Amino acid sequence: MAAPEPILRMRGIGKQFPGVRALDGVDFRLLPGEVHALMGENGAGKSTLIKVLTGVYEIDAGQIELAGRPVAFSSPLAAQQAGISTVYQEVNLCTNLTVAENIFAGREPRRMGRILWREMRRRAAELLARLEIDVDVTAPLSSCSLAVQQMVAIARAVDIDARVLILDEPTSSLDAGEVAQLFRVMRRLKDQGIAILFVSHFLDQVYEIADRMTVLRNGRLVGEYRTAELPQVELVAKMIGRELAELKALEDRPPEPDGAPLIEARELSRTGAIQPFSLTIHRGEVLGLAGLLGSGRTELARLLFGADHATSGTLRVDGKETALRTPRAAMGHGIAFCSENRRAEGLVPGLTVRENLLLALQATRGWARPLPRARQEELVEKYINALNIRPADPEQLVRNLSGGNQQKVLLARWLILEPRLLILDEPTRGIDVGAKTEIQRLVAELSGGGMAVLFVSAELEEVLRLSHRVGVLRDRRLVAELENGEQLTTDRLMETIASGAAS
Amino acid sequence: MTTAGLRRGLLRGRRPLPRRYVPVLVTTGLLIAMFAAGGVRYENFATGQIVLNVFVDNAYLLVVAIGMTFVILTGGIDLSVGSVIALSTMVSATLISDGWAPLPVIGLVLLMGALLGLGMGAIIQYFEIQPFIVTLAGMFLARGLCYVINTESVKITDPLIVALGETHVPLGPELWVSPSVIIALVVLLAAIYVLQYTRFGRGVYAVGGSEQSALLMGLPVARTKMAVYTISGFCSALGGVLFAFYTLSGWSLHALGTELDAIAAVVIGGTLLTGGYGYLFGTVLGVLVLGLIQTILNFEGTLSAWWTKIVIGLLLFAFILLQRLIGARGGQAPPTPS
Ligand SMILES: Nc1ncnc2c1ncn2[C@@H]1O[C@H](COP(=O)(O)OP(=O)(O)OP(=O)(O)O)[C@@H](O)[C@H]1O
Ligand SMILES: [Mg+2]
Repeated sequence: MAAPEPILRMRGIGKQFPGVRALDGVDFRLLPGEVHALMGENGAGKSTLIKVLTGVYEIDAGQIELAGRPVAFSSPLAAQQAGISTVYQEVNLCTNLTVAENIFAGREPRRMGRILWREMRRRAAELLARLEIDVDVTAPLSSCSLAVQQMVAIARAVDIDARVLILDEPTSSLDAGEVAQLFRVMRRLKDQGIAILFVSHFLDQVYEIADRMTVLRNGRLVGEYRTAELPQVELVAKMIGRELAELKALEDRPPEPDGAPLIEARELSRTGAIQPFSLTIHRGEVLGLAGLLGSGRTELARLLFGADHATSGTLRVDGKETALRTPRAAMGHGIAFCSENRRAEGLVPGLTVRENLLLALQATRGWARPLPRARQEELVEKYINALNIRPADPEQLVRNLSGGNQQKVLLARWLILEPRLLILDEPTRGIDVGAKTEIQRLVAELSGGGMAVLFVSAELEEVLRLSHRVGVLRDRRLVAELENGEQLTTDRLMETIASGAAS
Repeated sequence: MTTAGLRRGLLRGRRPLPRRYVPVLVTTGLLIAMFAAGGVRYENFATGQIVLNVFVDNAYLLVVAIGMTFVILTGGIDLSVGSVIALSTMVSATLISDGWAPLPVIGLVLLMGALLGLGMGAIIQYFEIQPFIVTLAGMFLARGLCYVINTESVKITDPLIVALGETHVPLGPELWVSPSVIIALVVLLAAIYVLQYTRFGRGVYAVGGSEQSALLMGLPVARTKMAVYTISGFCSALGGVLFAFYTLSGWSLHALGTELDAIAAVVIGGTLLTGGYGYLFGTVLGVLVLGLIQTILNFEGTLSAWWTKIVIGLLLFAFILLQRLIGARGGQAPPTPS
């Protein structure tokens, strides 16, 4: 590649938040016709760099040039008009509008000022069909799953006639098929000479799609590299500033559980959500759930937590038949559920990290019995360290944490409860490699101590590394339960997911 | 169950009737029920002219409620509308009795209302102050200005205005409306068009859905928010002009508490106070419900006017509860495929 003139150049960018230096003298350039990955741990400053570029925040220092001309955008609208189209990290759409409107909001097809609704719907349907998303474009966005919402945000961004496309963790809720689809679109855009900035914590995805990458650490530039010339181990070392030796440590299989059955489901089902299934989880056991998007993983988990009502079947906890009618009842039995949708459920953004961490614990103790301050601080410190939440300041508002660090706080809040059964729905989504291993280690440790874990994840490696057994779901049916032994590989798991039969 | 059967079941289960239409349907039902009850109970009730009179008596309220709908759809509120009505009647009456020609006066009053709204919108947007506070200040300001102009009621005798106030536009045998009704309907149609068919209108819904998202989607949020207050100001001024036609006077105590009537009409019409959901058609129904309550109480004769307030209060409770129920179910996480 004869180095063409960069379409975008940022020099010496600095950004200070109260108490946090988010960016410090960062240089960045983006060439036309390349996919450029922006890499770094949670809180490294990736999203902040994107936000100062697109006018969400003002910069404190540095210059930005677009196609050789200095620019300073006052709002995302200004950036969009200059040809920079962005999907921000948290899905930012209006759930009260229809799918079609979300794609075209602000640039609806018009004739003499009149919106052409039919044309808009047709074009939205076409666009989504090209991305192979099957969804009714007249449905309100609130009725769509997180994955579809993310695809809609992407569809909107790629349809805007742009010179620069920015995707901040676009793949966090997508399954393999949808990611492949997105990559096809990205390659096509790249061939048209569009510059693409891509953020992801999935290293495999980055190596598959990115031509070059820029690594940030603690708000500082580490360097710019060609993907082909930087092996994964070195990339990780550059991101976290040390070798990631601990990854190996977990490779030994977790010790076999010997506990009694904790929860037993018999022919449990919910019409339209999941077909009848029977499942037993023992004390100290990690049960993985694998399956594609929409296969019913979350639905199964929600039934066990009492978040939805079963339409048939029975549930036994400790051998006694129980109807878990509400999450509160489930929590009374020591069952905790860490949901995949951290934005809608879970965190209170206006409270501090400490308050968020202790919220669930305090609720189960009852408000009349406050936790002693010293104990609070001890617990909070333990989990901030265990999950490497940054900044490691218990009094920081959760709203001000980076996306990945918010996810860690949510997870820690449930871990702190030390429940008997912990249901984790995509716990490592949006979390960097270092923290991911920490979380996996913690899960293994807790299950060693007798806690049962139901682990839902789209990442098969992760499921295999942690689980004693793996349940496979397909088309809202539990099709197989596999012992996690030497013979179980990701390939075999994939096969089972695809064929729907336990071979 | 066969796959096909399951499919059909799922499809049927998915979108029985879009939930966003439910409040409007409920209000429609309520209106029909009220009209039927009135027809059964009183002689001479179930006639076309009764319905038309509701329009005639409430044309100004309809116009004001239309402006209010824009504001509430963005998640805001405008408490100044009643005072702006009074100020408009006052300015019109004073200027006309000073010998100004009526048409320029009306133009001036409309401009004044729009500017007032724009000013409040700009303060809300750029100083990031709650709409509630800003428009509350606007309410006191406009009412106060009335007293500065004149503490007494001012009569309007201009022939054009009197004609506009007293003309009966025939609609059929024994059926008529006032010119104000026609003006209000024109405003309604224009507003429906703007909300449904222009980028600005869709932006209003987007801002109400999530201001933060709308901003990040690159929508002109600041402009939209200021525009809705401008529209509301304009509609209040126009409402004031219609009110002047209706009463043929300007007075500082006109339209006391009308802001609350307008808000009630919008809410009863099914628009969510937190923004993002609602239709102008619902607002029309809301105004009709309020007007019909008044009519029924007039027919009853013996009941005090305070019963109107009590009934409106109960209805408001019922509707806010209804929205809460719908919202609670709507807000539940959709079956997130894992
Ligand atoms: N509005 C804010 N106020 C205060 N601090 C903030 C704010 N936004 C971000 N920060 C801080 O700036 C730092 C960089 O955050 P940023 O969101 O850019 O991280 P990131 O690299 O995108 O991480 P992730 O991978 O978790 O998304 C973090 O320490 C974060 O706590
Ligand atoms: Mg980020």
